[in-house]
Amino acid sequence: MSTQQAEPESQEAPKDPEMQGAESPAAETQEGDGAVDQTSTDASELDGETVHIKVFRYDPEVEGKQEPRFDDFHVPFEKGMTVLDAVMYARDEYDSSLTFRHSCRQAVCGSDAFFVNGKQRLGCKTQIADLEAPVRIEPLPHQEVVKDLVVDMDHFYDQMHTVEPYFQDEDTPAVDDLEEQRQSPENREKIKMSSRCIWCGACMSSCNIAAGDNEYLGPAAINKAYKFAMDDRESEEIKEHRLRILEQEHGVWRCQTQFSCTEVCPKDIPLTEHIQELKREAVKKNLKFW
Amino acid sequence: MYEHDVIVVGAGGAGLRAAVAAHEAGADVAMVSKLHPVRSHTGAAEGGINAALQEGDDWELHAYDTMKGSDYLGDAPAVETLAKNAPEETMNLEHWGMPFSREEDGRVSQRPFGGLSYPRTTYAGAETGHHLLHTMYEQVVKRGIQVYDEWYVMDLAVTDEPDPNDRECHGVVAYDVQSGKIEGFKANDGVVLATGGPGQAFDHTTNAVSCTGDGHAMAYRAGAPLEDMEFIQFHPTSLPSTGVLISEGVRGEGGILYNNEGERFMFEYGYANNSGELASRDVVARAELTEVDEGRGVNDEYVHLDMRHLGEERIMDRLENILHLAEDFEGVDGLVEPMPVKPGQHYAMGGIEVDENGQTCVSGLYAAGECACVSVHGGNRLGGNALPELIVFGKRAGRHAAGDDLGEPEIRTGYGDDVEDETDTELPVQPGEAGLDTTGGVAADGGVTADAEGVLERTVETARERVDYLMEKDEGVQHAEIRAKLQRAMTDYVNVFRTGDGIREALKVIRECRQEYQNVYVDDPSRTFNTDLQQTIETRNLIDVAETIALGALVRNEFRGAHWRQENQIRDDENWLKHTLISWDDGEPSIFYRPVILEGENKTYEPKERSY
Ligand SMILES: Cc1cc2nc3c(=O)[nH]c(=O)nc-3n(C[C@H](O)[C@H](O)[C@H](O)COP(=O)(O)OP(=O)(O)OC[C@H]3O[C@@H](n4cnc5c(N)ncnc54)[C@H](O)[C@@H]3O)c2cc1C
Ligand code: SF4
Ligand code: FES
Repeated sequence: MSTQQAEPESQEAPKDPEMQGAESPAAETQEGDGAVDQTSTDASELDGETVHIKVFRYDPEVEGKQEPRFDDFHVPFEKGMTVLDAVMYARDEYDSSLTFRHSCRQAVCGSDAFFVNGKQRLGCKTQIADLEAPVRIEPLPHQEVVKDLVVDMDHFYDQMHTVEPYFQDEDTPAVDDLEEQRQSPENREKIKMSSRCIWCGACMSSCNIAAGDNEYLGPAAINKAYKFAMDDRESEEIKEHRLRILEQEHGVWRCQTQFSCTEVCPKDIPLTEHIQELKREAVKKNLKFW
Repeated sequence: MYEHDVIVVGAGGAGLRAAVAAHEAGADVAMVSKLHPVRSHTGAAEGGINAALQEGDDWELHAYDTMKGSDYLGDAPAVETLAKNAPEETMNLEHWGMPFSREEDGRVSQRPFGGLSYPRTTYAGAETGHHLLHTMYEQVVKRGIQVYDEWYVMDLAVTDEPDPNDRECHGVVAYDVQSGKIEGFKANDGVVLATGGPGQAFDHTTNAVSCTGDGHAMAYRAGAPLEDMEFIQFHPTSLPSTGVLISEGVRGEGGILYNNEGERFMFEYGYANNSGELASRDVVARAELTEVDEGRGVNDEYVHLDMRHLGEERIMDRLENILHLAEDFEGVDGLVEPMPVKPGQHYAMGGIEVDENGQTCVSGLYAAGECACVSVHGGNRLGGNALPELIVFGKRAGRHAAGDDLGEPEIRTGYGDDVEDETDTELPVQPGEAGLDTTGGVAADGGVTADAEGVLERTVETARERVDYLMEKDEGVQHAEIRAKLQRAMTDYVNVFRTGDGIREALKVIRECRQEYQNVYVDDPSRTFNTDLQQTIETRNLIDVAETIALGALVRNEFRGAHWRQENQIRDDENWLKHTLISWDDGEPSIFYRPVILEGENKTYEPKERSY
């Protein structure tokens, strides 16, 4: 690879009012973003060559980066390379200020959800070879950008905490009691998918309702509540208490079953289905209807 | 400055359990973690938690298996504490709602794991760690425990008496990753380090990028010795391209290893005639590399792990996550083809020396989880024994730090009259010749003898100066270059198979890294979310930790557990039933030894030949 290719070239981000600092870039333009341009190549043909990535850059503190822009990097392509591998390479070899969260590299810590070619995806779980080049990598839409690909997750965490995400049961055996609570394999199976959430925030970022209503609990928090509400180990009273939280004004009834959350969830959690099921439960229990 | 009774550094399994325990003991506790708790590496654990829960099993059997697995380098009081408390702690997780896999009658399932004489591994699919981490974080949320997430802890505030046994820890210095603000955290009662493993010292590892041995290095520089660092576990089944782990659960459920000739080599070549694939990890890792070395590896690099015969239903029920990992990270469909696997760095048996109550020789300083060495795993950890360690010893450390009386420990810590001094092993480089510069250097000395606040303020000041120095310097070497060189050397020379010459070579490279680090600089000028700065500090920690691993490996001239030495392929019980301790002494590592404790409550564990 020539040194020329190695140097990141900067390029102004498209003039989009959403891009000014606080909001992430693609908020309004999800459909169009990442669309293939005339010169694009299939990255899988690039073995032994380089892959072209365009990475969103922004830093409120650094003069040249206060105006959001895209930097181009040409990274040597290797079979099996993921989006995370590519940005790590770009950072370690070309520009050490390139900033993103990542840790486990195996789709379990949930820290590297990015907006890749117009879709929320986990960087570590997305093969470069499956994408059209140039690969456009942006922070999650609808979240405040802290720097480069890092978004502020506080609102997401707050919503997760709102649903009282912890096991509650008056009848739980004493701690030094060696007897477990019984749970049927079927009931465990029922909550299995919902228990896989890694708090990556992809679903929340893809949800139009959440984008328009800051108080909407959002798919991840509702799914978290589902896990507890459907667990037979908790009592009926607690289940009812949980449903009350969920059917409040900004709860399950806001969901318009657009399935965008289900589509992007890297853990394949049937989020929309879970939300629908909770709506039915709320109706069954005769809870107040908003 | 922030102030709490107990400060827990790190929010993985051990840290969360310590925080809940300290809270229950009545302390005002805060957690400080460089990652949000649910991002901690405990979430990656797959296989399960060992606990003698069923009739027909009991804690003594668990203790026996663990001592045998440790190759008789575990301390019996620690091993027995683990085995006795694991059932209660595991059930406690169930009571907190952890979604364990279940039997038809609704009881939690248990499965066989390597080196266990009874199927005592409790699990939640192949995602045990994920569920454990989330279940415990939920309890922290429930109790309203304060979490400072994305705060990176840089150093400990410790008094500077000459003898570490007289020192006291008063808190930590951390910086807010989002804003770059550097602050002191005063701990009135104690600091618990729960910072996880040092896997990033190697370049092929199952560990997360965040596993940089920060706690190890901070405790080491504060005067607490690092124990048995040479014992690094290489897991036999990691994916060749990324190091992502394929759980031992696959072999537990009946997965089979084949070489390139389709031979079931564990039996075919007599590596483990009884247990085959379920021999302990060191045995299997060596067998795989021997196959590769003797030309029977696939693509000269790995072997095959086959689970197809288990059938789709069983795989989906118990190992579904493995299918996803093999597909996403290696492009292999485990239902229709065997998975490529090779050994990868996985776990550090050694760590910060602590007693059964989690305390180090520095008063007020505790450690728990993978960063600590209590020591339960000795020369080799059994699969499924780390998670119970987190909850059993995390809880003890938290309670003790909060002031609960746990009784006198049997395990001693620090330099004392029961230790044996340095051997005459010749070192290839003069340790400590580089790295005394406190601003840019590898070794920062302690604080000053003063009141708690004075010590803390002074440490904060030093940290600020150091960061300013790194940020203002505008040329030099970048951490990534040093880190890559270090990782390469460790993987080349301090891997599964080790030779004295190789280790000496590694020590030379580590020393070069130390020297180059004197000239390190941070390119990113921003204080906002500066990962360049964070990784630069982490790299310094990796250098310190890698050096202790290599030094330990060099002096232990025998073969025990995961530590294989070509020159001496026998376990030397006469000379080596002892722990290696390395402490940072005036800018120089010094080595001493403490005998292993083989006397348990009711019996003495007699070293026997390990055969599987
Ligand atoms: C892939 C994999 C699978 C495993 N499977 C099993 C299994 O099935 N059974 C089993 O028993 N064991 C298993 N293990 C081992 C076990 O999971 C780990 O040893 C254990 O989870 C470590 O937990 P911990 O709490 O000590 O550290 P971690 O979970 O790694 O947490 C460390 C914490 O410290 C924080 N931290 C680190 N440095 C700093 C700093 N400087 N400042 C602030 N915070 C800091 C991090 O943010 C994090 O919160 C597995 C390990 C791996 C890698
Ligand atoms: S539900 Fe799926 S997309 Fe949403 S936070 Fe959880 S893992 Fe991520
Ligand atoms: S790095 Fe952990 S989910 Fe991708």
